[in-house]
Amino acid sequence: MSSSKRRKDIAYYGVIAALSVFTLFCLIVIIVYITSNGLPHITWEFLTERPRSMGKEGGIFPIIVATLYATAIALVIACPIGIGAAVFFKEYSKGGRFIQIVRIFTEVLAGIPSIVFGLFGFAFFVVFLGLGWSVLSGGLTLFMMILPTIVRSTEESLETVPMSYREGSLSVGATRWQTTVKVVLPCCVKGIVTGVILGVGRAVGETAAVMLTMGGALRLPLSPFDAGRTMSMHMFVLTSEGLSMEKTFATAALLIIIILIINSAANLIGRKVGAINSA
Amino acid sequence: MVSVALITVFVFMNGLPSMVEHGFMEFLLGDRWRPTNGLFGILPLVVGTLCVTGLALLIGVPTGVASAVFLSDILPKKPAAVFKFAIELLAGIPSVVYGFFGLIIIVPMVKRIFLPILQVFDPEATTTGFSIMAGGLVLAIMILPTVVGLSENAISAVPSDYREASLAIGANKRETAMRVLVPAAKSGILASIILGMGRAIGETMAVLLITGNVALLPGSILDPVATLTGTIALEMSYADAGHQQALFAVGIVLFCIIFILNIIARFVASRMGVGGK
Repeated sequence: MSSSKRRKDIAYYGVIAALSVFTLFCLIVIIVYITSNGLPHITWEFLTERPRSMGKEGGIFPIIVATLYATAIALVIACPIGIGAAVFFKEYSKGGRFIQIVRIFTEVLAGIPSIVFGLFGFAFFVVFLGLGWSVLSGGLTLFMMILPTIVRSTEESLETVPMSYREGSLSVGATRWQTTVKVVLPCCVKGIVTGVILGVGRAVGETAAVMLTMGGALRLPLSPFDAGRTMSMHMFVLTSEGLSMEKTFATAALLIIIILIINSAANLIGRKVGAINSA
Repeated sequence: MVSVALITVFVFMNGLPSMVEHGFMEFLLGDRWRPTNGLFGILPLVVGTLCVTGLALLIGVPTGVASAVFLSDILPKKPAAVFKFAIELLAGIPSVVYGFFGLIIIVPMVKRIFLPILQVFDPEATTTGFSIMAGGLVLAIMILPTVVGLSENAISAVPSDYREASLAIGANKRETAMRVLVPAAKSGILASIILGMGRAIGETMAVLLITGNVALLPGSILDPVATLTGTIALEMSYADAGHQQALFAVGIVLFCIIFILNIIARFVASRMGVGGK
Protein backbone atom coordinates (compact mmCIF):
# COMPACT_ATOMS: atom_id res chain seq x y z
CA MET A 1 0.00 0.00 0.00
CA SER A 2 1.46 3.36 -1.00
CA SER A 3 2.08 5.84 1.78
CA SER A 4 -0.26 8.48 0.32
CA LYS A 5 -3.09 6.00 0.19
CA ARG A 6 -2.33 5.02 3.74
CA ARG A 7 -2.38 8.63 4.85
CA LYS A 8 -5.72 9.15 3.13
CA ASP A 9 -7.10 6.09 4.91
CA ILE A 10 -6.02 7.38 8.27
CA ALA A 11 -7.54 10.78 7.54
CA TYR A 12 -10.79 9.17 6.39
CA TYR A 13 -11.23 7.00 9.47
CA GLY A 14 -10.06 9.82 11.71
CA VAL A 15 -12.56 12.34 10.37
CA ILE A 16 -15.49 9.93 10.29
CA ALA A 17 -14.86 8.59 13.77
CA ALA A 18 -14.32 12.08 15.19
CA LEU A 19 -17.55 13.44 13.71
CA SER A 20 -19.53 10.39 14.82
CA VAL A 21 -18.19 10.62 18.34
CA PHE A 22 -19.11 14.33 18.26
CA THR A 23 -22.69 13.44 17.28
CA LEU A 24 -23.09 10.92 20.05
CA PHE A 25 -21.33 13.19 22.52
CA CYS A 26 -23.66 16.16 21.86
CA LEU A 27 -26.73 14.06 22.22
CA ILE A 28 -25.62 12.26 25.37
CA VAL A 29 -24.41 15.47 27.01
CA ILE A 30 -27.84 17.04 26.63
CA ILE A 31 -29.66 14.17 28.28
CA VAL A 32 -27.16 13.58 31.05
CA TYR A 33 -26.73 17.26 31.84
CA ILE A 34 -30.42 17.99 32.09
CA THR A 35 -31.50 14.87 33.93
CA SER A 36 -28.62 15.04 36.42
CA ASN A 37 -29.43 18.65 37.24
CA GLY A 38 -33.16 18.11 37.30
CA LEU A 39 -33.66 14.76 39.01
CA PRO A 40 -32.76 15.95 42.52
CA HIS A 41 -35.51 18.55 42.29
CA ILE A 42 -38.24 16.16 41.25
CA THR A 43 -39.84 15.49 44.59
CA TRP A 44 -43.26 14.27 45.60
CA GLU A 45 -44.23 17.85 46.40
CA PHE A 46 -43.09 18.99 42.95
CA LEU A 47 -45.38 16.46 41.30
CA THR A 48 -48.45 16.97 43.49
CA GLU A 49 -48.56 20.62 44.51
CA ARG A 50 -49.81 23.72 42.79
CA PRO A 51 -47.26 26.26 41.58
CA ARG A 52 -46.82 29.30 43.79
CA SER A 53 -45.57 32.78 42.80
CA MET A 54 -45.80 32.17 39.02
CA GLY A 55 -44.00 28.84 39.21
CA LYS A 56 -41.03 30.02 41.24
CA GLU A 57 -42.08 27.73 44.06
CA GLY A 58 -44.39 24.83 44.62
CA GLY A 59 -45.06 22.07 42.12
CA ILE A 60 -46.49 21.54 38.69
CA PHE A 61 -49.52 19.36 39.34
CA PRO A 62 -52.06 21.44 37.34
CA ILE A 63 -49.55 21.62 34.51
CA ILE A 64 -49.13 17.85 34.35
CA VAL A 65 -52.92 17.52 34.34
CA ALA A 66 -53.29 20.09 31.52
CA THR A 67 -50.64 18.28 29.46
CA LEU A 68 -52.41 14.94 29.85
CA TYR A 69 -55.79 16.55 29.24
CA ALA A 70 -54.80 18.16 25.91
CA THR A 71 -52.92 15.05 24.77
CA ALA A 72 -55.92 12.87 25.61
CA ILE A 73 -58.28 15.11 23.63
CA ALA A 74 -55.91 14.96 20.66
CA LEU A 75 -55.67 11.17 20.86
CA VAL A 76 -59.37 10.50 21.27
CA ILE A 77 -60.04 12.32 18.01
CA ALA A 78 -56.91 11.37 16.08
CA CYS A 79 -57.07 7.60 16.64
CA PRO A 80 -60.42 6.84 14.97
CA ILE A 81 -59.90 9.37 12.18
CA GLY A 82 -56.28 8.43 11.51
CA ILE A 83 -56.83 4.68 11.57
CA GLY A 84 -60.04 5.05 9.58
CA ALA A 85 -58.32 7.13 6.92
CA ALA A 86 -55.46 4.65 6.63
CA VAL A 87 -57.84 1.69 6.33
CA PHE A 88 -59.79 3.53 3.69
CA PHE A 89 -56.63 4.36 1.69
CA LYS A 90 -55.21 0.86 1.87
CA GLU A 91 -58.18 -1.50 1.99
CA TYR A 92 -61.03 0.24 0.22
CA SER A 93 -59.70 2.65 -2.34
CA LYS A 94 -58.22 1.51 -5.61
CA GLY A 95 -55.25 3.86 -5.37
CA GLY A 96 -56.55 6.38 -7.86
CA ARG A 97 -55.43 9.92 -8.38
CA PHE A 98 -57.58 11.20 -5.50
CA ILE A 99 -55.76 8.97 -3.02
CA GLN A 100 -52.41 10.11 -4.30
CA ILE A 101 -53.33 13.71 -3.78
CA VAL A 102 -54.59 12.97 -0.28
CA ARG A 103 -51.33 11.17 0.46
CA ILE A 104 -49.27 14.16 -0.68
CA PHE A 105 -51.40 16.42 1.47
CA THR A 106 -50.85 14.20 4.49
CA GLU A 107 -47.12 14.43 3.93
CA VAL A 108 -47.30 18.19 3.61
CA LEU A 109 -49.26 18.27 6.86
CA ALA A 110 -46.41 16.43 8.56
CA GLY A 111 -43.90 19.04 7.43
CA ILE A 112 -45.76 22.19 8.45
CA PRO A 113 -43.89 24.03 11.23
CA SER A 114 -45.60 23.86 14.58
CA ILE A 115 -45.88 27.63 14.82
CA VAL A 116 -48.04 27.64 11.68
CA PHE A 117 -50.27 25.05 13.36
CA GLY A 118 -50.40 27.47 16.26
CA LEU A 119 -51.46 30.35 14.01
CA PHE A 120 -54.12 28.19 12.44
CA GLY A 121 -55.38 26.90 15.78
CA PHE A 122 -55.61 30.47 17.01
CA ALA A 123 -57.50 31.69 13.94
CA PHE A 124 -59.80 28.68 13.64
CA PHE A 125 -60.44 27.10 17.04
CA VAL A 126 -59.84 30.06 19.33
CA VAL A 127 -61.40 32.87 17.28
CA PHE A 128 -63.55 31.42 14.49
CA LEU A 129 -65.17 28.59 16.46
CA GLY A 130 -65.14 30.72 19.58
CA LEU A 131 -63.57 28.08 21.81
CA GLY A 132 -61.28 30.67 23.37
CA TRP A 133 -57.88 29.88 24.79
CA SER A 134 -58.66 26.49 26.19
CA VAL A 135 -57.48 22.96 26.66
CA LEU A 136 -59.96 22.00 23.95
CA SER A 137 -58.44 24.40 21.38
CA GLY A 138 -54.97 23.12 22.26
CA GLY A 139 -56.08 19.49 22.04
CA LEU A 140 -57.70 20.02 18.66
CA THR A 141 -54.56 21.72 17.32
CA LEU A 142 -52.44 18.84 18.61
CA PHE A 143 -54.85 16.41 16.97
CA MET A 144 -54.05 17.90 13.58
CA MET A 145 -50.35 17.67 14.29
CA ILE A 146 -50.31 13.99 15.23
CA LEU A 147 -52.75 12.88 12.56
CA PRO A 148 -50.07 12.28 9.88
CA THR A 149 -47.98 10.16 12.26
CA ILE A 150 -50.91 7.86 12.98
CA VAL A 151 -52.05 7.62 9.35
CA ARG A 152 -48.53 6.82 8.16
CA SER A 153 -47.77 4.12 10.71
CA THR A 154 -51.16 2.46 10.27
CA GLU A 155 -50.69 2.41 6.50
CA GLU A 156 -47.25 0.91 6.86
CA SER A 157 -48.44 -1.87 9.11
CA LEU A 158 -51.44 -2.59 6.86
CA GLU A 159 -48.99 -3.06 4.03
CA THR A 160 -47.15 -5.80 5.92
CA VAL A 161 -50.26 -7.99 6.25
CA PRO A 162 -49.88 -10.69 3.56
CA MET A 163 -52.45 -10.61 0.76
CA SER A 164 -53.19 -14.30 1.34
CA TYR A 165 -54.80 -13.49 4.73
CA ARG A 166 -57.31 -11.24 3.02
CA GLU A 167 -57.92 -13.70 0.23
CA GLY A 168 -58.36 -16.55 2.72
CA SER A 169 -60.90 -14.60 4.69
CA LEU A 170 -62.84 -13.45 1.62
CA SER A 171 -62.87 -16.97 0.19
CA VAL A 172 -64.59 -18.42 3.28
CA GLY A 173 -67.39 -15.94 2.70
CA ALA A 174 -66.49 -13.01 4.95
CA THR A 175 -67.38 -9.57 3.70
CA ARG A 176 -64.75 -6.98 3.12
CA TRP A 177 -65.69 -5.20 6.36
CA GLN A 178 -65.46 -8.44 8.37
CA THR A 179 -62.11 -9.17 6.77
CA THR A 180 -60.77 -5.76 7.66
CA VAL A 181 -62.02 -5.72 11.23
CA LYS A 182 -61.48 -9.35 12.21
CA VAL A 183 -58.46 -10.40 10.16
CA VAL A 184 -56.40 -7.49 8.89
CA LEU A 185 -56.59 -5.00 11.78
CA PRO A 186 -55.76 -7.53 14.54
CA CYS A 187 -52.53 -8.26 12.66
CA CYS A 188 -51.52 -4.60 12.80
CA VAL A 189 -52.38 -3.77 16.38
CA LYS A 190 -48.74 -3.42 17.35
CA GLY A 191 -47.85 -1.24 14.40
CA ILE A 192 -50.78 1.02 15.10
CA VAL A 193 -49.93 1.22 18.79
CA THR A 194 -46.38 2.24 17.85
CA GLY A 195 -47.70 5.07 15.71
CA VAL A 196 -50.08 6.24 18.41
CA ILE A 197 -47.29 6.25 21.01
CA LEU A 198 -45.08 8.30 18.70
CA GLY A 199 -47.98 10.71 18.23
CA VAL A 200 -48.32 11.03 22.01
CA GLY A 201 -44.61 11.81 22.20
CA ARG A 202 -45.00 14.57 19.68
CA ALA A 203 -48.04 16.01 21.43
CA VAL A 204 -46.42 16.01 24.87
CA GLY A 205 -43.31 17.80 23.66
CA GLU A 206 -45.04 20.35 21.48
CA THR A 207 -44.70 23.95 22.58
CA ALA A 208 -45.22 26.57 19.91
CA ALA A 209 -48.65 25.40 18.81
CA VAL A 210 -50.13 25.14 22.28
CA MET A 211 -48.63 28.47 23.26
CA LEU A 212 -50.97 30.24 20.85
CA THR A 213 -54.03 28.14 21.62
CA MET A 214 -54.15 27.13 25.28
CA GLY A 215 -53.75 30.44 27.04
CA GLY A 216 -51.31 29.63 29.81
CA ALA A 217 -53.24 29.76 33.03
CA LEU A 218 -51.68 28.03 36.01
CA ARG A 219 -55.03 26.90 37.41
CA LEU A 220 -56.13 23.30 37.35
CA PRO A 221 -58.22 22.90 34.19
CA LEU A 222 -61.47 21.15 35.02
CA SER A 223 -63.67 21.68 31.98
CA PRO A 224 -62.21 21.44 28.46
CA PHE A 225 -63.01 25.12 28.03
CA ASP A 226 -60.61 26.17 30.78
CA ALA A 227 -57.27 27.61 29.82
CA GLY A 228 -54.23 25.62 30.80
CA ARG A 229 -50.50 25.36 30.43
CA THR A 230 -48.58 22.30 29.27
CA MET A 231 -45.23 21.22 30.66
CA SER A 232 -43.25 22.36 27.64
CA MET A 233 -44.98 25.71 27.70
CA HIS A 234 -44.37 26.06 31.43
CA MET A 235 -40.73 25.33 30.81
CA PHE A 236 -40.55 28.01 28.15
CA VAL A 237 -42.11 30.60 30.44
CA LEU A 238 -39.78 29.67 33.29
CA THR A 239 -36.76 29.86 30.98
CA SER A 240 -37.59 33.06 29.18
CA GLU A 241 -38.54 34.92 32.32
CA GLY A 242 -35.70 33.43 34.35
CA LEU A 243 -38.03 32.52 37.19
CA SER A 244 -36.38 29.52 38.74
CA MET A 245 -33.46 27.45 37.50
CA GLU A 246 -34.37 24.58 39.81
CA LYS A 247 -37.93 24.27 38.61
CA THR A 248 -36.88 24.60 34.97
CA PHE A 249 -34.36 21.80 35.32
CA ALA A 250 -36.90 19.65 37.12
CA THR A 251 -39.58 20.23 34.47
CA ALA A 252 -37.06 19.60 31.67
CA ALA A 253 -35.87 16.38 33.28
CA LEU A 254 -39.43 15.18 33.76
CA LEU A 255 -40.25 15.97 30.12
CA ILE A 256 -37.15 14.15 28.86
CA ILE A 257 -37.88 11.12 31.01
CA ILE A 258 -41.47 10.94 29.78
CA ILE A 259 -40.39 11.29 26.14
CA LEU A 260 -37.64 8.70 26.51
CA ILE A 261 -40.06 6.21 28.06
CA ILE A 262 -42.63 6.87 25.34
CA ASN A 263 -40.12 6.53 22.51
CA SER A 264 -38.44 3.42 23.89
CA ALA A 265 -41.84 1.82 24.31
CA ALA A 266 -42.68 2.62 20.68
CA ASN A 267 -39.32 1.30 19.56
CA LEU A 268 -39.64 -1.97 21.51
CA ILE A 269 -43.14 -2.64 20.24
CA GLY A 270 -42.06 -1.74 16.73
CA ARG A 271 -39.16 -4.15 16.90
CA LYS A 272 -41.42 -6.98 18.03
CA VAL A 273 -43.61 -6.36 15.01
CA GLY A 274 -40.58 -6.67 12.76
CA ALA A 275 -39.63 -9.97 14.40
CA ILE A 276 -43.09 -11.42 13.95
CA ASN A 277 -43.33 -10.43 10.33
CA SER A 278 -39.94 -11.81 9.43
CA ALA A 279 -40.67 -15.10 11.22
CA MET B 1 -56.88 16.61 3.39
CA VAL B 2 -59.68 18.70 4.80
CA SER B 3 -57.31 19.72 7.55
CA VAL B 4 -54.62 20.88 5.11
CA ALA B 5 -57.20 22.86 3.18
CA LEU B 6 -58.52 24.40 6.41
CA ILE B 7 -55.05 25.37 7.53
CA THR B 8 -54.24 26.91 4.18
CA VAL B 9 -57.51 28.81 3.98
CA PHE B 10 -57.39 30.20 7.50
CA VAL B 11 -53.75 31.19 7.53
CA PHE B 12 -54.03 32.81 4.10
CA MET B 13 -57.34 34.49 4.88
CA ASN B 14 -55.85 36.14 7.93
CA GLY B 15 -52.55 37.03 6.36
CA LEU B 16 -53.17 37.99 2.75
CA PRO B 17 -55.01 41.27 3.37
CA SER B 18 -52.02 42.54 5.30
CA MET B 19 -49.66 41.48 2.54
CA VAL B 20 -51.71 43.26 -0.08
CA GLU B 21 -52.17 46.34 2.07
CA HIS B 22 -48.46 46.81 2.65
CA GLY B 23 -47.53 45.79 -0.90
CA PHE B 24 -45.97 42.44 -1.75
CA MET B 25 -42.54 43.74 -2.52
CA GLU B 26 -42.39 46.06 0.45
CA PHE B 27 -43.50 43.23 2.69
CA LEU B 28 -41.00 40.72 1.36
CA LEU B 29 -38.06 43.04 0.76
CA GLY B 30 -38.57 45.85 3.25
CA ASP B 31 -35.65 45.91 5.62
CA ARG B 32 -37.49 47.39 8.58
CA TRP B 33 -39.64 45.32 10.91
CA ARG B 34 -41.10 47.84 13.35
CA PRO B 35 -44.66 46.75 14.04
CA THR B 36 -45.31 49.59 16.48
CA ASN B 37 -44.60 52.14 13.72
CA GLY B 38 -46.58 50.22 11.13
CA LEU B 39 -43.46 49.13 9.24
CA PHE B 40 -43.69 45.48 8.21
CA GLY B 41 -40.68 44.51 6.11
CA ILE B 42 -39.74 40.90 6.72
CA LEU B 43 -36.33 40.93 5.06
CA PRO B 44 -34.46 40.97 8.41
CA LEU B 45 -36.50 37.96 9.54
CA VAL B 46 -35.87 36.05 6.32
CA VAL B 47 -32.16 36.83 6.48
CA GLY B 48 -32.11 35.82 10.14
CA THR B 49 -33.76 32.50 9.38
CA LEU B 50 -31.46 31.84 6.42
CA CYS B 51 -28.29 32.67 8.38
CA VAL B 52 -29.16 30.41 11.28
CA THR B 53 -30.34 27.60 9.01
CA GLY B 54 -27.29 27.93 6.76
CA LEU B 55 -24.91 27.69 9.68
CA ALA B 56 -26.83 24.73 11.08
CA LEU B 57 -26.52 22.92 7.74
CA LEU B 58 -22.83 23.81 7.45
CA ILE B 59 -22.14 22.13 10.79
CA GLY B 60 -24.88 19.51 10.86
CA VAL B 61 -24.63 18.03 7.37
CA PRO B 62 -20.95 16.93 7.29
CA THR B 63 -21.28 15.64 10.84
CA GLY B 64 -24.51 13.85 10.09
CA VAL B 65 -23.40 12.26 6.83
CA ALA B 66 -20.09 11.15 8.39
CA SER B 67 -22.03 9.55 11.25
CA ALA B 68 -24.28 7.83 8.73
CA VAL B 69 -21.29 6.36 6.89
CA PHE B 70 -19.80 5.30 10.21
CA LEU B 71 -23.06 3.61 11.19
CA SER B 72 -23.78 1.80 7.97
CA ASP B 73 -20.32 0.93 6.72
CA ILE B 74 -17.83 0.80 9.59
CA LEU B 75 -19.53 -0.12 12.86
CA PRO B 76 -20.50 -3.77 13.33
CA LYS B 77 -24.23 -4.46 13.41
CA LYS B 78 -24.89 -4.63 17.15
CA PRO B 79 -23.27 -1.34 18.26
CA ALA B 80 -24.69 0.35 15.17
CA ALA B 81 -28.19 -0.65 16.28
CA VAL B 82 -27.59 0.83 19.73
CA PHE B 83 -26.20 4.05 18.20
CA LYS B 84 -29.21 4.30 15.91
CA PHE B 85 -31.63 3.67 18.75
CA ALA B 86 -29.99 6.48 20.76
CA ILE B 87 -30.30 8.88 17.84
CA GLU B 88 -33.95 7.99 17.34
CA LEU B 89 -34.68 8.65 20.99
CA LEU B 90 -33.01 12.02 20.74
CA ALA B 91 -35.16 13.01 17.80
CA GLY B 92 -38.07 13.05 20.23
CA ILE B 93 -36.65 15.52 22.76
CA PRO B 94 -38.91 18.58 22.79
CA SER B 95 -37.39 21.62 21.15
CA VAL B 96 -37.91 23.76 24.22
CA VAL B 97 -35.48 21.47 26.05
CA TYR B 98 -32.86 22.05 23.35
CA GLY B 99 -33.56 25.75 23.70
CA PHE B 100 -33.03 25.65 27.45
CA PHE B 101 -29.80 23.70 26.98
CA GLY B 102 -28.63 26.23 24.38
CA LEU B 103 -29.46 29.10 26.68
CA ILE B 104 -27.45 27.85 29.64
CA ILE B 105 -24.57 26.12 27.80
CA ILE B 106 -24.15 27.31 24.21
CA VAL B 107 -24.90 31.01 24.64
CA PRO B 108 -22.26 31.50 27.38
CA MET B 109 -19.91 29.28 25.38
CA VAL B 110 -20.23 31.54 22.33
CA LYS B 111 -19.41 34.53 24.50
CA ARG B 112 -16.45 32.90 26.20
CA ILE B 113 -14.90 30.84 23.40
CA PHE B 114 -15.93 32.26 20.02
CA LEU B 115 -15.74 35.94 20.89
CA PRO B 116 -12.01 35.88 21.75
CA ILE B 117 -11.33 33.98 18.52
CA LEU B 118 -13.19 36.59 16.49
CA GLN B 119 -11.52 39.41 18.37
CA VAL B 120 -8.17 38.29 17.00
CA PHE B 121 -9.40 39.41 13.58
CA ASP B 122 -11.63 42.26 14.63
CA PRO B 123 -10.73 43.79 17.99
CA GLU B 124 -14.00 45.67 18.17
CA ALA B 125 -16.25 42.62 18.00
CA THR B 126 -18.66 42.21 20.87
CA THR B 127 -21.50 39.84 21.57
CA THR B 128 -23.99 39.00 24.24
CA GLY B 129 -23.85 35.38 23.22
CA PHE B 130 -27.37 35.50 21.78
CA SER B 131 -26.37 35.19 18.15
CA ILE B 132 -26.46 33.42 14.80
CA MET B 133 -23.58 31.30 16.04
CA ALA B 134 -25.47 30.03 19.10
CA GLY B 135 -28.68 29.43 17.12
CA GLY B 136 -26.81 27.63 14.34
CA LEU B 137 -25.00 25.35 16.79
CA VAL B 138 -28.17 24.31 18.58
CA LEU B 139 -30.09 23.79 15.33
CA ALA B 140 -27.17 21.72 13.99
CA ILE B 141 -27.60 19.37 16.95
CA MET B 142 -31.36 19.31 16.41
CA ILE B 143 -31.18 18.33 12.74
CA LEU B 144 -28.59 15.60 13.35
CA PRO B 145 -31.16 12.86 14.02
CA THR B 146 -32.99 13.65 10.76
CA VAL B 147 -29.83 13.76 8.65
CA VAL B 148 -28.20 10.72 10.24
CA GLY B 149 -31.35 8.59 10.18
CA LEU B 150 -32.35 9.19 6.57
CA SER B 151 -28.80 9.18 5.17
CA GLU B 152 -28.11 5.93 6.96
CA ASN B 153 -31.21 4.38 5.39
CA ALA B 154 -30.11 5.59 1.97
CA ILE B 155 -26.59 4.19 2.31
CA SER B 156 -27.86 0.86 3.64
CA ALA B 157 -30.23 0.64 0.70
CA VAL B 158 -27.37 0.65 -1.84
CA PRO B 159 -27.34 -2.89 -3.30
CA SER B 160 -24.55 -4.99 -1.80
CA ASP B 161 -23.37 -5.97 -5.32
CA TYR B 162 -22.06 -2.42 -5.71
CA ARG B 163 -19.96 -2.75 -2.58
CA GLU B 164 -18.78 -6.26 -3.46
CA ALA B 165 -17.90 -5.30 -7.03
CA SER B 166 -15.90 -2.33 -5.83
CA LEU B 167 -14.03 -4.38 -3.26
CA ALA B 168 -13.44 -7.15 -5.82
CA ILE B 169 -11.58 -4.84 -8.20
CA GLY B 170 -9.21 -3.95 -5.38
CA ALA B 171 -10.66 -0.77 -3.91
CA ASN B 172 -10.34 -0.59 -0.14
CA LYS B 173 -13.15 0.29 2.25
CA ARG B 174 -12.49 4.03 2.16
CA GLU B 175 -12.50 4.18 -1.63
CA THR B 176 -15.63 2.05 -1.77
CA ALA B 177 -17.45 4.28 0.69
CA MET B 178 -16.40 7.60 -0.84
CA ARG B 179 -16.59 6.71 -4.53
CA VAL B 180 -19.32 4.08 -4.68
CA LEU B 181 -21.65 4.05 -1.67
CA VAL B 182 -22.05 7.77 -1.04
CA PRO B 183 -22.49 8.66 -4.74
CA ALA B 184 -25.05 5.85 -5.12
CA ALA B 185 -26.98 7.09 -2.10
CA LYS B 186 -26.71 10.69 -3.26
CA SER B 187 -30.43 11.37 -3.70
CA GLY B 188 -31.35 9.89 -0.34
CA ILE B 189 -28.69 11.94 1.38
CA LEU B 190 -29.87 15.05 -0.44
CA ALA B 191 -33.46 14.37 0.64
CA SER B 192 -32.31 14.01 4.25
CA ILE B 193 -30.54 17.36 4.01
CA ILE B 194 -33.61 19.09 2.60
CA LEU B 195 -35.83 17.66 5.33
CA GLY B 196 -33.26 18.70 7.92
CA MET B 197 -33.36 22.16 6.42
CA GLY B 198 -37.15 22.17 6.71
CA ARG B 199 -36.86 21.22 10.34
CA ALA B 200 -34.35 24.00 10.97
CA ILE B 201 -36.48 26.65 9.25
CA GLY B 202 -39.65 25.58 11.04
CA GLU B 203 -38.06 25.29 14.45
CA THR B 204 -39.48 27.82 16.87
CA MET B 205 -38.89 27.43 20.56
CA ALA B 206 -35.17 26.75 20.50
CA VAL B 207 -34.26 29.69 18.28
CA LEU B 208 -36.65 31.93 20.18
CA LEU B 209 -34.61 31.38 23.33
CA ILE B 210 -31.15 31.75 21.86
CA THR B 211 -30.94 34.02 18.81
CA GLY B 212 -31.69 37.23 20.67
CA ASN B 213 -34.73 38.27 18.57
CA VAL B 214 -33.45 41.55 17.23
CA ALA B 215 -35.09 42.28 13.89
CA LEU B 216 -32.10 43.94 12.23
CA LEU B 217 -29.91 42.80 9.38
CA PRO B 218 -26.96 41.07 11.05
CA GLY B 219 -23.42 42.32 10.39
CA SER B 220 -21.51 39.37 11.78
CA ILE B 221 -21.99 35.81 12.89
CA LEU B 222 -22.04 36.93 16.51
CA ASP B 223 -24.88 39.41 16.01
CA PRO B 224 -28.35 38.63 17.30
CA VAL B 225 -31.10 37.96 14.74
CA ALA B 226 -34.84 37.38 14.73
CA THR B 227 -36.31 34.47 12.76
CA LEU B 228 -39.69 34.09 11.04
CA THR B 229 -40.90 31.50 13.54
CA GLY B 230 -39.53 33.23 16.62
CA THR B 231 -41.12 36.53 15.70
CA ILE B 232 -44.55 34.98 15.32
CA ALA B 233 -44.33 33.16 18.65
CA LEU B 234 -42.98 36.15 20.50
CA GLU B 235 -45.19 38.93 19.17
CA MET B 236 -48.48 37.08 18.82
CA SER B 237 -49.23 37.46 22.51
CA TYR B 238 -49.32 41.26 22.49
CA ALA B 239 -50.03 42.11 18.84
CA ASP B 240 -52.92 44.42 17.93
CA ALA B 241 -55.16 43.62 14.95
CA GLY B 242 -52.97 44.97 12.13
CA HIS B 243 -49.83 43.54 13.66
CA GLN B 244 -51.52 40.17 14.10
CA GLN B 245 -52.44 40.07 10.43
CA ALA B 246 -48.85 40.83 9.52
CA LEU B 247 -47.76 37.88 11.67
CA PHE B 248 -50.20 35.68 9.78
CA ALA B 249 -48.59 36.94 6.59
CA VAL B 250 -45.23 35.82 7.99
CA GLY B 251 -46.89 32.46 8.57
CA ILE B 252 -47.83 32.33 4.88
CA VAL B 253 -44.21 32.90 3.88
CA LEU B 254 -43.09 30.10 6.21
CA PHE B 255 -45.80 27.79 4.93
CA CYS B 256 -44.75 28.40 1.32
CA ILE B 257 -41.05 27.82 2.05
CA ILE B 258 -41.75 24.51 3.79
CA PHE B 259 -44.22 23.45 1.12
CA ILE B 260 -41.64 24.02 -1.63
CA LEU B 261 -38.91 22.23 0.33
CA ASN B 262 -41.18 19.22 0.86
CA ILE B 263 -42.01 19.02 -2.83
CA ILE B 264 -38.30 19.19 -3.71
CA ALA B 265 -37.50 16.47 -1.15
CA ARG B 266 -40.25 14.27 -2.60
CA PHE B 267 -38.98 14.82 -6.12
CA VAL B 268 -35.38 14.05 -5.17
CA ALA B 269 -36.41 10.95 -3.21
CA SER B 270 -38.55 9.63 -6.05
CA ARG B 271 -35.60 9.98 -8.44
CA MET B 272 -33.66 7.84 -6.02
CA GLY B 273 -36.23 5.07 -6.60
CA VAL B 274 -35.50 5.13 -10.32
CA GLY B 275 -31.74 5.25 -9.84
CA GLY B 276 -31.77 2.23 -7.54
CA LYS B 277 -33.17 -0.14 -10.11
